[in-house]
Amino acid sequence: MFFDFLLEYLSIAIFLFIALALSIGFIAVNFAFSPKNPDPEKLSAYECGFEAFDSARSEFDVRFYLVAILFIIFDLEIAFLFPWSVSLGNIGLLGFYSMMIFLFILTIGFIYEWKKGALEWE
Amino acid sequence: MLAIKFLIPEIFLSISIFSLLMIGVFIKNSFEIIYRLSLFVIILIILIILSGDSESIKIFSESFTIDRFSLYSKILILISTFFVLLMSKKYIVDIKNNKFEYPIIILLSILGMFIMVSSNDLILFYMGLELQSLALYILASIDRDNIKSSEAGVKYFVLSALSSGLLLYGCSLIYGFTGSTNFEEIANSKDFNVGTIFGMVFILVGLAFKVSAVPFHMWTPDVYQGSPTSVTSFFSVVPKAAGIAIFIKFMYLPFRDVLNQWQYILVFMSIASMILGAVAAIGQTNIKRLMAYSSIGHIGYAIAGIAAGTENGFKSTLIYISIYIVMNIGAFACILLMKRDGKYVEEIEELSGVSKNHPMMSFGLLIILFSLAGIPPLAGFFAKFYIFMAVIESEMYTLAIIGLVTTVLSAFYYIRIIKIMYFDEPKKPFEKFVDYKIHGPIVLSCVLLVSFFIYPSILNEIVSNISIF
Repeated sequence: MFFDFLLEYLSIAIFLFIALALSIGFIAVNFAFSPKNPDPEKLSAYECGFEAFDSARSEFDVRFYLVAILFIIFDLEIAFLFPWSVSLGNIGLLGFYSMMIFLFILTIGFIYEWKKGALEWE
Repeated sequence: MLAIKFLIPEIFLSISIFSLLMIGVFIKNSFEIIYRLSLFVIILIILIILSGDSESIKIFSESFTIDRFSLYSKILILISTFFVLLMSKKYIVDIKNNKFEYPIIILLSILGMFIMVSSNDLILFYMGLELQSLALYILASIDRDNIKSSEAGVKYFVLSALSSGLLLYGCSLIYGFTGSTNFEEIANSKDFNVGTIFGMVFILVGLAFKVSAVPFHMWTPDVYQGSPTSVTSFFSVVPKAAGIAIFIKFMYLPFRDVLNQWQYILVFMSIASMILGAVAAIGQTNIKRLMAYSSIGHIGYAIAGIAAGTENGFKSTLIYISIYIVMNIGAFACILLMKRDGKYVEEIEELSGVSKNHPMMSFGLLIILFSLAGIPPLAGFFAKFYIFMAVIESEMYTLAIIGLVTTVLSAFYYIRIIKIMYFDEPKKPFEKFVDYKIHGPIVLSCVLLVSFFIYPSILNEIVSNISIF
């Protein structure tokens, strides 16, 4: 019985195997037959014809991160709102009020972040 | 819709959290008012729960239970939070961390624990657990300018997220093999095969991490030491009570028929925790680290009660965790008194000869430490006594003997502190202040611990009415 259960996944296993073999195969073929004659110009970092000015890993303002996080919250809210609005006819009053409570909680959070000054850039 | 009326404590708690957040953000310097309101909210919820009836009922398609077990756990959580919040006021102001978010985050984590201990469904359980854990990560790193506190927060977050992942994997396996997330239906599923057992083990790993049982205890000493002391006192008490409650519920509800599968795992965790708690604490110099190892050891005894697998077993665990809470609140209130020259000290050495300058405080700590060591006639002795009674009833003599040996071993480091306090050279006295918010819990804790033996049946009576079947 346990074995039958696993048997259902056989097609997925075959698919995974073929995908893996194909992707590894392409890379390996590329690796084996590509021409290799490096010179210093080819190996140097390319930046519009100039030498690189400095490391690309520079620091950036932590506020970008904050804005990104706040964006995700409201992005997710939209992701919930779409299926909710499509199925509103079927889920009835309970569904309607559940979403209203969710939006209310989100608004509380929004007011909090606004008053805390998380949205001000200065 | 009638089901809503059984949810009044949770709804009231959520609405108060929203209102407190709004009050806090609109009023300047609002720590004081939010702090008082939070204490008031906790008292109100205790009253709401006590005034409600305690019949067993399952609501929302049997995913949420209200019974004596969950009500008892909730009362335990609320009372311990109340005292922890009460005594942490002076500390949190002194380290200039009096942000109004502090009490609100604590309330949020209680809301998570409420959902967790009432849950009768894997999804609801996981939601409550995560709500609680997220609040705890923030609490651990609330002193964000302190590098140790940030480190504790990050460490706790990373390890706890990993264990949540394992737990969720276990939940998904169980859902896959039994076809339901409901505890009752998982218990009734006929084919309890290898996959389900596998899932159960993963859930056990996650739960053991949350209550810091060996071998998933590694985060405890670092997080306890790094977090601000007020937060450590919260960590060592409230999440432990909630964690042990849901631990009991998991073992006795969905997995009740596979006792022979989980019993040995629990016996191992219990023995390992007791031994590690007794041995590793001996070399500690920091009192918060020592309390961390002490709590690992105590969780070992609590799990021994669950491992007995009988009704007496989980009841003795409930008694144990209740008495443990009383002892730990007292101990941490004493630690919060260790302030010298405007700075809080945490080394055990600092307690040297403290009995000369602070006879009352050291006498209180003496009672609490004796009780933690399990010396009769204090309450800590009875807690261990009930556990070992239940274990011996299940004829697990090895567990009982190892437990007794580790009790003796762990008595060594508790009594070492007493020796340092009473017989070593006195140091400069601590700052003298009288704050009923800290001294009150110490006095209350000592009185409860000393007077428990006169009338132990009060707690027994309450616990004996609890059943989760």
